[in-house]
Amino acid sequence: MPAVQETVDRVRRIDVDQYRYGFETLIESDKAPKGLSEDTVRFISAKKNEPAWMLEWRLEAFRRWLTMTEPTWARVDYPKIDYQDLYYYAAPKPKKQVASLDEIDPEILKTYEKLGIPLREVAVLEGVVSPDGEAAPERSRIAVDAVFDSVSVATTFKAELKKAGVIFMPISEAIREHPELVKKYLGSVVPTSDNFFATLNSAVFSDGSFVYVPEGVRCPMELSTYFRINERNTGQFERTLIIADKGSYVSYLEGCTAPQRDENQLHAAVVELVALDDAEIKYSTVQNWYPGNSEGKGGIYNFVTKRGDCRGRNSKISWTQVETGSAITWKYPSCILRGDNSRGEFYSIAISNGFQQVDSGTKMLHLGKNTTSRIISKGIAAGRSQNTYRGLVTAHRKATGARNFTACDSLLIGDKCGAHTVPYIEAKNASATFEHEATTSKISEDVLFYCVQRGLSQEEAVGLVVNGFVKDVLQQLPMEFAVEAQKLISISLEGSVG
Amino acid sequence: MMALLEVKDLQVRVEDREILHGLTLTVNQGEVHAIMGPNGSGKSTLSHVIAGKPGYEVTGGEILFKGEDLLAMAPDERAAKGVFLAFQYPVEIAGVATMNFLRTALNAQRKARGESEFSTPDFLRKVREVAKSLNIPQDMLKRGVNVGFSGGEKKRNEILQMALFEPSLCILDEMDSGLDIDALRIAADGVNALRSPERAMVVITHYQRLLNYIVPDFVHVMSRGRVVKSGDKELALALEASGYAQFEDAA
Repeated sequence: MPAVQETVDRVRRIDVDQYRYGFETLIESDKAPKGLSEDTVRFISAKKNEPAWMLEWRLEAFRRWLTMTEPTWARVDYPKIDYQDLYYYAAPKPKKQVASLDEIDPEILKTYEKLGIPLREVAVLEGVVSPDGEAAPERSRIAVDAVFDSVSVATTFKAELKKAGVIFMPISEAIREHPELVKKYLGSVVPTSDNFFATLNSAVFSDGSFVYVPEGVRCPMELSTYFRINERNTGQFERTLIIADKGSYVSYLEGCTAPQRDENQLHAAVVELVALDDAEIKYSTVQNWYPGNSEGKGGIYNFVTKRGDCRGRNSKISWTQVETGSAITWKYPSCILRGDNSRGEFYSIAISNGFQQVDSGTKMLHLGKNTTSRIISKGIAAGRSQNTYRGLVTAHRKATGARNFTACDSLLIGDKCGAHTVPYIEAKNASATFEHEATTSKISEDVLFYCVQRGLSQEEAVGLVVNGFVKDVLQQLPMEFAVEAQKLISISLEGSVG
Repeated sequence: MMALLEVKDLQVRVEDREILHGLTLTVNQGEVHAIMGPNGSGKSTLSHVIAGKPGYEVTGGEILFKGEDLLAMAPDERAAKGVFLAFQYPVEIAGVATMNFLRTALNAQRKARGESEFSTPDFLRKVREVAKSLNIPQDMLKRGVNVGFSGGEKKRNEILQMALFEPSLCILDEMDSGLDIDALRIAADGVNALRSPERAMVVITHYQRLLNYIVPDFVHVMSRGRVVKSGDKELALALEASGYAQFEDAA
């Protein structure tokens, strides 16, 4: 396992207080005034040159939000958020229109380099500039739509995607260029009235990705977006909408890191997926936002609503997530299994260390006949963290033949952390078959000693054992992310033993 | 010549209970020592303390390995210096392929010694060679470490690691436990193949039976935390005939 050694080397070089991705890029930003009001919503909409219908949509959400209260049912504890004390929009000042990577602000390119994701290199390696005229191997291609502090500043691979008929662009552009698609699907999976954080997002979302894969098209490359939160005190409100039309396939990768800071940062993203007949969407996330320092100060508050709608027959939506960052995580990527024979999957690795609090899981809502779902959740708690799996599996009374398999495994490292499993199961159709397995174990001293006796350091031993524990889920990630994820896992468990 | 391992007047406690009360043992290169004794005499404690398992408090005495203070070293340092413990009950590590485990461990040791890490082809060649000599099938190496292995397979996996890491001191803790006679013979053959003038072995066992296969140069009888009698292989045979009771009284 060569990645283990590399991981451990990296772990040694950093610690929580020297969060490697904790740097800020000095780019002048264009901020909305602090606080939230109809004026803020209008400011954002105007900044985006949005049509009137979009502004109306936002305002309606905002008015709804005013009547809602923050949910308190999750097992997370944080100081009250003053929504009037935040900025809701920040964008790098546009210098000029960009036609190629060369025209992108070098500061931004440098940021990606620090993240170990040199966009320039990615572009060269992946065929944007193809010096030998050779096409990159099909499976290793990744298109990057870079979201930098709320605004997409670079979109690559556009040409090739266009040839396939795939639309992949910032959602702000899609609102202007493809209003018919956006109107039809935006809010159709996560309605503006869905929940406190989703409603807030609907009012003030700044940008995000939009993907449309036309009927019968297999998207020619993995789509990938890297998010970063960069502006001090700025809430980030991404909005992502992915539509896979009949018989199409798309795999989307999302990865995040954030700079170090003392103030907590609010993040409330919404992701909506729509799969029509025979379509498949695979959505993978590697999340590594700043978790707070060793005293539990700072860190991102991550309140995310992710939901996929298997709207058509034989459709499939698969969520894979590796969650290692954030001070607070509140996130339940879900599937509505509406179409007959549709399938939902949720593979999750949630790691908490230090003072992190994770309340995450999924919902599988079986509505159609012979719908199937599978949930594999691996929670790892270390330090003084609290890690909760919360899941809901339901079968509607018409969901004849619905099947679910759930396996939740928790691993505890040390004796000051907590792992909790809260499954909700509701079957209103007698033919539904729901299976649930759950285990909680402590990382064994005997296993660690065995590894150490063979020459591994404590940290290497923990990394090895944990990577073995999560292997089933790591295998679900696309290759490019699996290696990155493996590194992240060991980094985030640094200092958890000994 | 300097002894490979020198245990001097070692006193060890576990949770306020003294287990070893002044144990002394000297092992030179190339020698095979058997340590015998009844349950609770401190045999396994000795092996754990040499390997550096947490949970033991050394209250007196010292252990020198190649003249260096072994007790001052972390367990992984001891492994890199050449201390190998073949476990009585090897643990299972789910999701970690045996092959990956072997490579990670071997390279960690080599790195700690300032040696270059094995390249993948070199490593594979070496593992295959050793596995073949121990009659270990390739598919066993692809499975999770010891996951679903039989007792015999687990012990062979220990010997495989011993052969791969080439330690200068091998401690075999109750290697015969849980093995039938055929599995025992295969394991013992593997151990015997590793006997060399540079390497010493400490074989911990209840029964003389194992010593028919791994013939020791010296036999020590432990009772109540001390070595109460030392001799050659004849001592083991005498024990087999008369039992440990005589030494219980002596201690």
